[in-house]
Amino acid sequence: MSIQVEEISKTFAGVTVLDRVSLDFPTGQLVALLGPSGCGKTTLLRVIAGLETADAGRVILEGEDASRTHVRERQVGFVFQHYALFRHMTVFENVAFGLRVQPRKQRPKEPEIRRRVTRLLELVQMQWLADRFPQQLSGGQRQRIALARALAVEPRVLLLDEPFGALDAQVRKELRRWLRALHDDLHVTSIFVTHDQEEALEVADRVVLMNRGRVEQIGTPDEVYERPASPFVYSFLGAANVFRGRVEGANVRVGEATLNHDGSDADHGADVVAFVRPHELDIVTDLSAPNGVDALVRRILAFGGSARVELDGIEEVKAGAEPTHYEVVLPRERAGTLTQGQQVRLVPTPLRVFRQEAA
Amino acid sequence: MSAAVSFFNPTGQTRVLPGFGLSLGYTLVYLSLVVLIPLSAVFIQTTSLTWAEFWAIVSAPRVVATYKLSFGAALAAAAINVVFGLMLAWSLVRYSFPGKKLVDALIDLPFALPTAVAGISLSALWASNGWLGGLLVPFGIKVAFTPLGVLVALIFIGVPFVVRTVQPVLEDLETELEEAAASLGAHRRQTFTRVLLPVLTPALLTGFALAFARGVGEYGSVIFIAGNIPMVSEITPLIIIITKLEQYDESGATAVAVVMLLFSFLMLLTINLLQAWSAKRTGRNR
Repeated sequence: MSIQVEEISKTFAGVTVLDRVSLDFPTGQLVALLGPSGCGKTTLLRVIAGLETADAGRVILEGEDASRTHVRERQVGFVFQHYALFRHMTVFENVAFGLRVQPRKQRPKEPEIRRRVTRLLELVQMQWLADRFPQQLSGGQRQRIALARALAVEPRVLLLDEPFGALDAQVRKELRRWLRALHDDLHVTSIFVTHDQEEALEVADRVVLMNRGRVEQIGTPDEVYERPASPFVYSFLGAANVFRGRVEGANVRVGEATLNHDGSDADHGADVVAFVRPHELDIVTDLSAPNGVDALVRRILAFGGSARVELDGIEEVKAGAEPTHYEVVLPRERAGTLTQGQQVRLVPTPLRVFRQEAA
Repeated sequence: MSAAVSFFNPTGQTRVLPGFGLSLGYTLVYLSLVVLIPLSAVFIQTTSLTWAEFWAIVSAPRVVATYKLSFGAALAAAAINVVFGLMLAWSLVRYSFPGKKLVDALIDLPFALPTAVAGISLSALWASNGWLGGLLVPFGIKVAFTPLGVLVALIFIGVPFVVRTVQPVLEDLETELEEAAASLGAHRRQTFTRVLLPVLTPALLTGFALAFARGVGEYGSVIFIAGNIPMVSEITPLIIIITKLEQYDESGATAVAVVMLLFSFLMLLTINLLQAWSAKRTGRNR
């Protein structure tokens, strides 16, 4: 089922949490709402679910305005970060809850309930835990049960609020893959909220990046990672080296140094902020190269096939100021030729330039 | 040093927590001095009576009438307090309103107030010429100096027990549970009976037991409003003091006390078993 939100605004105690957010969630896709904490992503999810009412704007489910529909009637499955399982009920009864509270006329007969719950428990691979109580399960198991419970009512949409947020790294990874596989089986339109960019990029069909109550960018994981639309998106989606400077023709002047840029739309003389990913920044030992920022090698961390080199900007070191930190990822054998304290030149291969926003 | 097998350490394993023997010993001595010895004195005192005398005292119609009132009113008051105490605790936990702190502090007042003060003000309030009692006169309802008065006094002193036992459990209860139930299609009533009530039951039972126990033993706040009319509004503690002790009938007094003690113990035991059962049902003991 398709979901649209139109011009949703929400204020909590004078703080704007959602600022005229409009989004279109296509049918059958798994969409990630990604952003730092406090960006409004959870609030947006709760507004879609009907657990929160927006101050303005509309939620449209399957082409119908559902803004005034109670959460009970919206037919959304909601999965909470902390599972919210009913602790006095067995796993089986938790999953059966949504069926048992249906009005008598619609409620399936007991054998039918039993059949459906068993099938759902098989789907989440938990049938052997049917008689346990939630407190006897691990976090990962609890979250699978919560998902089965949400699916029991055959929701039109599945909404997951930081579903893996309370789990440890190993289980997170495993459940992530499992959720993706489950979605490929069921094709329920799903939205999940996360602050973990790796999770969003790995699991979702589309990623919606949010910051301070606004949508910064929407796109496939590949699109948002390769072509970030704003400095925020660039720095949020992974480690980044930041250069602040001014455009001079085909170069960006950063202090004394110049960096070649790939012809962005920034005009001559414009103040810009430029980004380079650690693996796209090259270390050149030839200090007479025409472009690049000079830096001192501070630390070389080598593990596995690649090495991470941490550097300090040389201009600040000379001036006695707090230096700018840079990070470069190199193949291990190339890092071997560097020594600590060595002066090198950093040359960005592609430089991503954004016009400096008026502060 | 090898770990010795002893009465206090039957498995002979070294314990991680030290001082088990000392703390158990202290607990038993203290419990004996403060609780068990005074209670057994009650039983010992009654042995000066023969079985026939004992039975005659404890089954006298006037005494039996007091059992009915004492236990009946205590049960009814505890039951009423469970309902209203839950509502009070709910409002205090879930809503914020001006003066909330004040209301929260007021809840404990029946604990702190000398019971006699409570008794005097209650009887003044509910007497036929009092503020509240006066309002009920046109309907032919009398509160002061009737069993109803006893009930009113016991409700008054029992409220804090229920509120204070339910409140922390309610505070721990995530609103997410209710949201989850609603998103699964449950109505408010279904959410309350299927999700909230089962979780609150053990705390409600504890509150009930405490309010009941206090109600059975309550003396000061009841005697003023009850009027103490034989066969109508006399409570058992009063019988013990007025008709037995004041006439130097110590064995008679303890005989009635023994019956009261056994009754109370039985009822509290039942409530405890009920609690253990409900805790087990919610999977809290593995």
